[in-house]
Amino acid sequence: MTYITKPKLHHPSLKRNAVGFTRRDYEGQVSTLCAGCGHDSISASIVQSCYEMAIEPHRVAKLSGIGCSSKTPTYFLGASHGFNTVHGRMPSVLTGAHLANRELIYMGVSGDGDSASIGLGQFAHVMRRGVNMVYIVMNNGVYGLTKGQFSATADKGSVAKKGAVNNDAGIDLASMAILMGASFVARSFSGDKAQLVPLIKAAMSHPGAAILDVISPCVAFNNHKGSTRSYDYVRHHNEALNRLDVITGSAPITAEYEPGAMVEVEQPNGTTLRLRKISADYDPSDKAAALAHIQEQDNVGEIATGLLYLASGRQDLHANLDTVETPLNRLGEADLCPGSAALEAINKGLR
Amino acid sequence: MAQQLTATNDFVIKFANVNGSGSASANELFARAILRMGVPVSPRNIFPSNIQGLPTWYEVRVSEAGYLGRRGGLDMIVAMNPETWQRDLAEVAPGGYLFYDSTRPLPPEMFRDDLTSIGVPLTEICNATYSDPRQRQLFKNIIYVGALSALMDIDPAVIEALFSEQFKGKEALIDKNVAALNLGRDWVQKNLDPDICKLKVAPADAVGDRIFMEGNAASALGCVYGGATVCAWYPITPSSSVAEAFESYCRKFRKEPESGKSKYAVIQSEDELASIGMVIGAGWNGARAFTSTSGPGVSLMTEFIGLAYFAEIPAVIVNVQRGGPSTGMPTRTQQADILSCAYASNGDTKHVLLFPEDPRECFDHSAAALDLADRLQTPVFVMSDLDIGMNRRLCAPLEWDDSRKLDRGKVMTADELEAGREFGRYLDVDGDGIPYRTLPGTHPSRGAFFTRGTTKNRYARYSEEGADYIENMERLVRKFDTAKSQVPQPVLRRAEADTRYGVLYFGSTAPSMDEALDRLGNEGLHVNAMRLRAFPFPDSVAEFIAAHDRVFLVEQNRDGQMRMLLCNELEIDPARLVPVLHYDGTPITARFIHGAIRDRLAQYQVVPLERAVS
Ligand SMILES: Cc1ncc(C[n+]2csc(CCOP(=O)(O)OP(=O)(O)O)c2C)c(N)n1
Ligand code: SF4
Ligand SMILES: [Mg+2]
Repeated sequence: MTYITKPKLHHPSLKRNAVGFTRRDYEGQVSTLCAGCGHDSISASIVQSCYEMAIEPHRVAKLSGIGCSSKTPTYFLGASHGFNTVHGRMPSVLTGAHLANRELIYMGVSGDGDSASIGLGQFAHVMRRGVNMVYIVMNNGVYGLTKGQFSATADKGSVAKKGAVNNDAGIDLASMAILMGASFVARSFSGDKAQLVPLIKAAMSHPGAAILDVISPCVAFNNHKGSTRSYDYVRHHNEALNRLDVITGSAPITAEYEPGAMVEVEQPNGTTLRLRKISADYDPSDKAAALAHIQEQDNVGEIATGLLYLASGRQDLHANLDTVETPLNRLGEADLCPGSAALEAINKGLR
Repeated sequence: MAQQLTATNDFVIKFANVNGSGSASANELFARAILRMGVPVSPRNIFPSNIQGLPTWYEVRVSEAGYLGRRGGLDMIVAMNPETWQRDLAEVAPGGYLFYDSTRPLPPEMFRDDLTSIGVPLTEICNATYSDPRQRQLFKNIIYVGALSALMDIDPAVIEALFSEQFKGKEALIDKNVAALNLGRDWVQKNLDPDICKLKVAPADAVGDRIFMEGNAASALGCVYGGATVCAWYPITPSSSVAEAFESYCRKFRKEPESGKSKYAVIQSEDELASIGMVIGAGWNGARAFTSTSGPGVSLMTEFIGLAYFAEIPAVIVNVQRGGPSTGMPTRTQQADILSCAYASNGDTKHVLLFPEDPRECFDHSAAALDLADRLQTPVFVMSDLDIGMNRRLCAPLEWDDSRKLDRGKVMTADELEAGREFGRYLDVDGDGIPYRTLPGTHPSRGAFFTRGTTKNRYARYSEEGADYIENMERLVRKFDTAKSQVPQPVLRRAEADTRYGVLYFGSTAPSMDEALDRLGNEGLHVNAMRLRAFPFPDSVAEFIAAHDRVFLVEQNRDGQMRMLLCNELEIDPARLVPVLHYDGTPITARFIHGAIRDRLAQYQVVPLERAVS
């Protein structure tokens, strides 16, 4: 494999964002994924979101598991620290990293094999702990990197490229995340940037466990007729719920969307999520309704996309643990070591 | 009738109880009282994998000479569990004692002619005094401690002082306990010949300033002093009390005074896969982190441990070993994870192991492990075991040098990056094999890198080049060599006379080994001894082996795992290392070691020195 380094010369015409970075500064190395892979489109949306949100790249830590999807952190945010961990266990590493330094923005990237098969346990627990992160599942219904086996999100009855039929029930990660206690649950499609970018931004400004289940066709193994994760299938069966923009406290970002009813949702960190409802009566704050809606859509073969669930008032992991404001990795001897006098007192009590 | 065993400050007594009957604190009270009289004791819990109902034992060795290893054999049984009566009785040495509840008459076949039976009607005394069934149960235990104290001349004032400390501020409880104690004492004094029991405790001055502590609490405290801020763990016997103690010490020492907020994070994770993952995530991000576990947990952690080795991330694993394989003997002790830890994970891996001998070293090694992990950027295991982890052991008081700094190792700072210092994550800049790392978020444009378990070049770029791979793997070997001089060095104990024989041992075997060496020496059998304290083995270990014709290797596992590791790592001819193996789950005894070495030396026709001279 060879790497072509992208020219980093900034064309004077490249627009700089509020913190002085161009879009280029949010890119990574050249992707080695298959041409047309949905995962690359998601990477592009991540780049766009971070650029538009004017996040300093080094304030982001990106972590992933193993899979084609989990390789993508090499292809975006090249100035951020990244960690390609082990298969299915990025959530625990991300949790530990977050405990060490609560000040960074944590982005977890995973695949459907990574999150719904080998990593289902860690997926569930990172949600219930309320780790403040954006967790993106690049969901293609197959194991891409090991060449096309079914993953646990493949729908029952879907047909593999080589003709095998999946007889096992598919796992819906969005419903699962809602049940497990995630406070921001959305679904989108890699090919729908207009929906995906605002969702990523909203997720990044959400102070809790935010998950995006992004359907992302695998052009090599799961884009054929009979697959329920192909471009064509998703385009025809996608029932978009809402369009949203994010307004951060400092720099409001608005975008033009088709008209429709709109709700503003105030988040605990002061940002506001503006939901433009397409489905007029959809209320993302109602957990039971969200679960029911996903199920109802599934019953008629539709995939509900958009912001499916947004909890208010849930605390994140650090709030639950009541940790100090200073990141734990910055505490020194004086904070951490009780010293010899305290030890002498302990000795005394043990005689 | 066999001659009655007669001993002062040198005997073994065992309490046979039913799990969950509240006997544990009464038994510990007994042990502490003797300790307060200045006589060393070493108690051991022998407990089932059960919460209530199954048999449990508490064995106390009393030894003014200061021998803290398990002696083997039994001088008195306190038989409080009818279910195990027969086997408990069978263990007592001829001339020993049976202490029992004589409320109901027992058939003659329940006794042994060669033992002195001491019956005290515990239930009757209890029922006459208490009506509440819970009180009857709990105070029965205190009543037998009272009776024993009278029989053995244990000073009641010492016990009363212990009650006052334990129930400080709860005067009513103190009085109740003292009353129960006196019920037992009074009955014995009124009804028994004071000399019926010839096992006595006499005040001595053999304890000094030593402390009486469990290794797990000491490990936890070592992690507090060593600056650990993240602890992720999953419950497993015999290690759970490490994390629990860490949390309670942190509640005491790690709260921000103004806000009450925590300067630590403890997560009880969903499994050991997650606990080690969290430790690695925290270590990657610059916080000191540890997990505590036992064999099955280590098995689950191995893939992650390989990642931390290869990606070079600090992590500390306190492994409180128990009997394996699989669930094995979950409540018994062994040293059987040496190989699974030394070489944990797929591919060519080697990990730093530290072997504490007692709680003092659990403390020292746990704090040192956090420094070593940061300095070497690799996983470090503290290889404790159930025997030292879950039993209180007399040991040197804990010490801390207030000028000691947390050694964070080679972490490149924002200023260094800003000044243009070259950064290559896997670049060996000074030949010790240890590269610099940067922490996430350090600098806006320099020093970011991608951490991965796949092959990479010096600059952390993905690479499938054989040359890059080999360079990296060889640097890791260099780094492991560097570790040799940084880990705790072995401790040498020279025999009184020159000898061609040596013995290697480690961890919780130490007190029994010391005693066995004394005995061998007294018999004129001289053996030089070296206590291993870490892997990789410093050069002095190979030199020690080379300096002797034969070296005994004492360990608590079936396969001689330390022997395998030594043969493999130091290319030693296995014939020169003679295994002395004990692995039935009980702590190794001086009797066993002494017997095994003495018999071997006889086979080699070693003539004891005194005899050769005379
Ligand atoms: C412990 C372990 N088992 C198996 C593998 C092999 N493996 C690598 S990627 C992968 C599946 C990835 O699927 P998914 O997460 O859906 O990612 P995709 O490639 O589809 O994006 C598997 C099984 C591994 N790396 N580690
Ligand atoms: S195999 Fe599939 S998932 Fe992997 S890079 Fe190719 S298209 Fe993408
Ligand atoms: Mg997949």
